[in-house]
Amino acid sequence: MSQVSPRRRFGAVFQTTAVRLSALYLLLFSVCAVVLVFYMTSLAAGFFMSETRQAIEQEVRSLDRIYQRGGMRGLVVAIDRRSRAPGAFVYLVADQTGRILAGNVRSLEPGVLDSHGWTPRPFSYEKFRQRAAGDRSPHAMANIFRFENGMSVLVGRDLGEPERLRVIVQRSLMFALGLMALGGFLIWFFIGRRALKRIDAMSSASAGIVAGDLSRRLPVSRANDEFDRLSGSLNTMLGRIETLNDGLREVSDSIAHDLKTPLTRLRNRAEDALRKKPGETGYRDALEDMIAEADQLIRVFNAMLQISRVEAGYTKFTPEPVDLAAVAGELAELYEPLVEDAGGHLENSVVGPLIVAGSRELVGQAVTNLLDNAIKYGLTEAGGTVVLKGRADRDEGRVELLVCDNGKGIASDDRERAVRRFERLDESRTEPGSGLGLSLVDAIMRQHGGALRLEDNGPGLCAVLSFPASG
Amino acid sequence: MPAKTQPMKVLIIEDDRQAASYLKKALAEAGHAADVAHDGDDGYQMAAGGTYDALIVDRMLPKRDGLSIVSQLRTEDDRTPALILSALGEVDDRVTGLRAGGDDYLTKPYAFSELLARLEVLQRRAHNGDGDTGYRVADLELDRLSRRVTRAGQEITLQPREFRLLEYLMRNAGRVVTRTMLLEHVWDYHFDPQTNVIDVHVSRLRGKIEKGFDKPLLHTVRGAGYVIRD
Repeated sequence: MSQVSPRRRFGAVFQTTAVRLSALYLLLFSVCAVVLVFYMTSLAAGFFMSETRQAIEQEVRSLDRIYQRGGMRGLVVAIDRRSRAPGAFVYLVADQTGRILAGNVRSLEPGVLDSHGWTPRPFSYEKFRQRAAGDRSPHAMANIFRFENGMSVLVGRDLGEPERLRVIVQRSLMFALGLMALGGFLIWFFIGRRALKRIDAMSSASAGIVAGDLSRRLPVSRANDEFDRLSGSLNTMLGRIETLNDGLREVSDSIAHDLKTPLTRLRNRAEDALRKKPGETGYRDALEDMIAEADQLIRVFNAMLQISRVEAGYTKFTPEPVDLAAVAGELAELYEPLVEDAGGHLENSVVGPLIVAGSRELVGQAVTNLLDNAIKYGLTEAGGTVVLKGRADRDEGRVELLVCDNGKGIASDDRERAVRRFERLDESRTEPGSGLGLSLVDAIMRQHGGALRLEDNGPGLCAVLSFPASG
Repeated sequence: MPAKTQPMKVLIIEDDRQAASYLKKALAEAGHAADVAHDGDDGYQMAAGGTYDALIVDRMLPKRDGLSIVSQLRTEDDRTPALILSALGEVDDRVTGLRAGGDDYLTKPYAFSELLARLEVLQRRAHNGDGDTGYRVADLELDRLSRRVTRAGQEITLQPREFRLLEYLMRNAGRVVTRTMLLEHVWDYHFDPQTNVIDVHVSRLRGKIEKGFDKPLLHTVRGAGYVIRD
C-alpha cells in the first residue's frame, strides 16, 4: 500500500476529484482573464486611436486657418516651426515628385503619399533628430492633403504610446497567467496530495478490516472536515457491524450448544427405539417423546426468530392502548393455580388503569415469561411469594410493570448477562428451558420502545418492564 | 384418540407438495377426505366450484396469495370455514389473516394434532354456531343463560373462568381441543403456553366436575390436548 512508485503516486494525484476540479477552474479562470485583458486593451487602443484622430483634425484645422491667411508660404513656415517644438506632431510637406520640402520626417514608407485623406493603416517613418531607435521604425497615422499645385501636406501623430501600452499589458498578462498557473499548480499539488494521503490511510485501514480485523477503525484527524465526517460515520457503522458480528458468533456458539443437545437427544431416542425393538407401545412412547422434543426445538426456533426480527428492526404490530393492570389481572388469574401448585403464592397489587401503547399479546407474552421464570427460579423449598406490581412515574414519563419474587435473585454482576440470548446462569443449566426467556422479554420491550430491567428485591429479584408513558 | 367426528371433505391449498401430501394422508387417517391444489388459481377454482366442509389455505402461494382467495370467497358469500397456514407469525399477521375472512390462523411449523383439532372445531362452529343455550355430556349439564352447572342434578360451583373453560370444552364435546386453543378462547391470548399452566386449570376443573362421581368425563389426549365426552 505505502510502497507506491513516485510516478504512479503522481499519476494518482491527477485522478483525484480535488485536483481535477482545480485544473478545470484554473483553465476557466485563465480563459476568462485572457478574454478580459484582450477586450480591455482593444477598447483602450480604439479609444486612443480616436483621440489621436481628433488631435490630428484639430491640428489640421489650425494649419488650415494659417493657410487661409498666409497662403502656402505661411503654412510651410508654420509647419517648420511647429516641427521643432517638443512633443510635436508628424509634419511633412512634399512636392509632386514626393521630395520632402519641410517638416520633421526624414523618410517615409513608400506609397504613403500616393493616397490622400486618412492613411488606411499605420505606416512606418523616420524622424529627424532621432538617434537611439535606429532599429525601430516608429508607427504613425496621418491625414494627407493634396493641393492643386501638386504639393502634399501630411499631418500625423506617432502611435508609439498605444503600442507601448499594448506591450506592457501583454507582458503583465503573461506574468499574471504564469503566476496563476504556478499558484494553481502548487495548491493543486498540495491539496491533492493531502487528499490522496488520507484516502490511502483510509483504504489501508479498510483493507485491514476487510481482511477480518473488525476492531480496526478508520483514521480520524482533528480537522473535522468531510473526510473526518465520512470516517466517523463509517466507524459508527463498523461499530454496529462488530456488535452484530459478536452477537452472531455468540449465538452460533449458543445454538451449537443449546440446539445440538436436544437434537442429539432426539436422535439417540430414535436410535434407541430402533435397536431395542420395544414393540407397539414402546415405539409409540418413543415417538411421543420425540415429538415433545421436536416441539421444544420449534419453540426455541420461534423465540429466536422473534428476537432476531426485533434486532434486525423488522417488527410488525400496530400499537393500540393496552392496560397493564388488565393484563396483570388476567395473567395473575391464569398463573395463580400454577404458583400454588409449585408451593408458592401469587399476589397482584397492580392498580389500574396503566395504559401504554403496544400489543396486548406481546406484553402478555413478556409477563408470562417473567412469571414462568419466577416460578422456576424465584420459589424456594419453603415456598415464596410472587408479586405483580405496577407504577407510573409521570416525571420520568414511564409506566412500569414489575414481577417480583423473593427467591435467590441474581447477583448484580450477573444481571446483564442473564438477559443475553441463550445465556443461562450456571445454577440454572440443569433446568429445562431454552435460555431465551429473558432475551425474548427484552426484545419485546425494545419493540415497545421500553426496556427490561432487573432489580434487587432484597431478597429476590424484580423484573421491571419499563414502558414509555403514552400520550 | 379423536373419535365420533363427522367425516369432512377438505380442500388443501398448499404449494409444498410434500407437506400437502403428508397433510392429505394424515387427514385420511383421521377419517377425512382431502383434495389438494398446488397454486392459488387452481385453489380458488376448486374452492369456488366444489362443496368442501373446510379449506386449509397456505398464505404464500404461487400465482395468487392465500388471503385473496379467502377474501374473494367471502365477497361471493361463500362461508366455508378456512384455516390459514402461514410461516408469518407476527401479531399483525394473524390479525390480517383473520380480517381477510380466515376463521383460524396457524403458524408453521405446527403439530398435526393442533391442525386437526382446530379444523374439527371450525367445522362444528360452521354447523351449529354459538346460539345454543346449554350443553349436555352424559349427566353433566351446563346452562349458558343461568350460568349453572349440574352433574346428576347436583349443583357444581365454578369460578367464572372455570365456567368458560368448561363451556368451551362442552361446546366442542367429543372433539380434541389443544392447550393453545384453550388459551386463545378462554383467556384470549394467542401464544404457545410454554409451561403446564393450562393443565393446572384443567385439572382443577376436573376435580370439581368429577370428584365424587365414578365416570371420568374430561380426558387428556396425550400429545394433543383435552376432550370431554361420555
